[in-house]
Amino acid sequence: MGKRVGLEVSFAISEAAKLCRPDVIAAYPITPQTHIVEELARMVADGELDSEFIMVESEHSAMSACCGASAAGARTFTATASQGLALMHEVLFIASGLRLPVVMAVANRALSAPLSIWGDQSDIMAERDCGWIQVFAETGQESFDLTIQSFKWAEDERVLTPSIVNIDGFTLSHVIEPLFVESQEDIDSFLPPFNPKLKLDPENPVSIGPVGFPEIYTEIKKQQNEAILGAYPVILEVWEDFALKFGRKYSPVEKFMTEDAEIIINLAGSISGTAKVAVSKMRKSGKKVGLLTTRLWRPYPFNDIRDAVQNAKAVAVVDRCLSFGGPGGPMCSELRSALYPLEKKPLTIGFIAGLGGRDVTIEDFTQIVEIAERALSEGFEEEYFMIGVRE
Amino acid sequence: MEDLSAQNITEIRWHGRGGQGAVASAQMFALAAIEDGKYAQAFPSFGPERRGAPVMAFTRISDEFIFIRSGITSPDIVVVLDPSVMSAVDTTEGLSPDGTLIVNTRKTISEVKQEFKISQKVCIVNASKIAHEEIGRPITNTTMMGALSRVSGLVSIDSLAKQVEEMFPQVAEKNVNAMKRAYSETILEGE
Repeated sequence: MGKRVGLEVSFAISEAAKLCRPDVIAAYPITPQTHIVEELARMVADGELDSEFIMVESEHSAMSACCGASAAGARTFTATASQGLALMHEVLFIASGLRLPVVMAVANRALSAPLSIWGDQSDIMAERDCGWIQVFAETGQESFDLTIQSFKWAEDERVLTPSIVNIDGFTLSHVIEPLFVESQEDIDSFLPPFNPKLKLDPENPVSIGPVGFPEIYTEIKKQQNEAILGAYPVILEVWEDFALKFGRKYSPVEKFMTEDAEIIINLAGSISGTAKVAVSKMRKSGKKVGLLTTRLWRPYPFNDIRDAVQNAKAVAVVDRCLSFGGPGGPMCSELRSALYPLEKKPLTIGFIAGLGGRDVTIEDFTQIVEIAERALSEGFEEEYFMIGVRE
Repeated sequence: MEDLSAQNITEIRWHGRGGQGAVASAQMFALAAIEDGKYAQAFPSFGPERRGAPVMAFTRISDEFIFIRSGITSPDIVVVLDPSVMSAVDTTEGLSPDGTLIVNTRKTISEVKQEFKISQKVCIVNASKIAHEEIGRPITNTTMMGALSRVSGLVSIDSLAKQVEEMFPQVAEKNVNAMKRAYSETILEGE
């Protein structure tokens, strides 16, 4: 058992990254992620962490430097948010296409305009298809644990795919809370050194990233997709190892009172904690409500989701992101299409909440369930419902 | 599955002005509780910070893991570091009817209650005077932690002193003295 401490969640991620002994960190500060890399820069400057910290002039350069370092066989970490993640966009696809197991924390934040430094999940949903493994943390402990686990599955030679840990900006990143920080010795025995078979090495020259002519591009993309799909069992293995060693259990989705639930709320991230309290309160008043928290977002856990919601009457999917002119939120779209082939399936109802730092409260979840109840009994025509709009 | 419908959590809202250390107080109070084996959350009001402008910070404390992560809108206790803030913002907004307001003021409890039309319990301490005499600066955040410790009984002065020593090692002694004085000089309504 590690040491129980009170720690700002940003610093918990810095601590987790440090314990993984990254060779290279390349990053650019951006709210609300800044504390993560600021703390890592301090650790390097104070001699607590033996890493190369590359100060770059933008997030585009940060991710480019991460790709170069990872291709040379370095364990590589970075963190960003919002516009910073958007600026990385084209390089994210290079990291995944070249199968470079960079690990990145993203403190989820809204995208401009209007300028908003506050939290939602629009930044990461715009990078949904960048080919990285993606997980969402609910708590500080999960943020710490998932960061360490990400190195293990990303660098596994069956996977070799970069991995993102999502934490909600401010409502998780800036909260001080208790968590267990594990010892260097225990992390060393959990996470083996990164030693890729193929790397940029002047002694044994190879080319990484040449042109993919039409004759080969499709095959490479198929391989890449097989790698991320194949990450699923490896992630489960890593979670099993982690539970054995540290006693904390993880799963692709987390079920809370879903067993006999007629209405299941589905969401990702830190609002899951508030939703659990809301579900408990609704249960007290006799409503058969449950909560399904999506922890693994890529690869998408199709069967876990199907199994969890199949017997419900309705699934209320809460997205903190809006697909303009589209079918609502990305998580709702994906859940609906995952359920489509099933013969017996619940009604899927989309909700948009918590945009640009708008608080998501217990009352919001009560309202979401009321709308879902009404939709079940009376039907509905809306593609999705926006919650908490002032009119 | 665990029933979370009635978690017993104390919610605290701190009012001060940017630069007075309201956020540091919220953090130290939570860290001291965690050090004592309790559960806690501390967070600032999210957004750009400006020196001198009214600011808020928040602390939640409980004996069990705290699941809720929405903002604190109906606190049990409000701590006012700077009396001038009370004319700028409604410091009792959302304060539960059986909640408590702890104010740094030279005034009496009944004067504060009358002036700001407060029906909830009010506790007072002249933190500015204590801070001026003990620290030599009118920075009242550590002083008001002493008052909160006295009123709430949630965290001991010794646990708070440890946090002060960690966060402000150079000026810890003076701040701890101020905190201890506030602990004994705070006047509780009805006392």
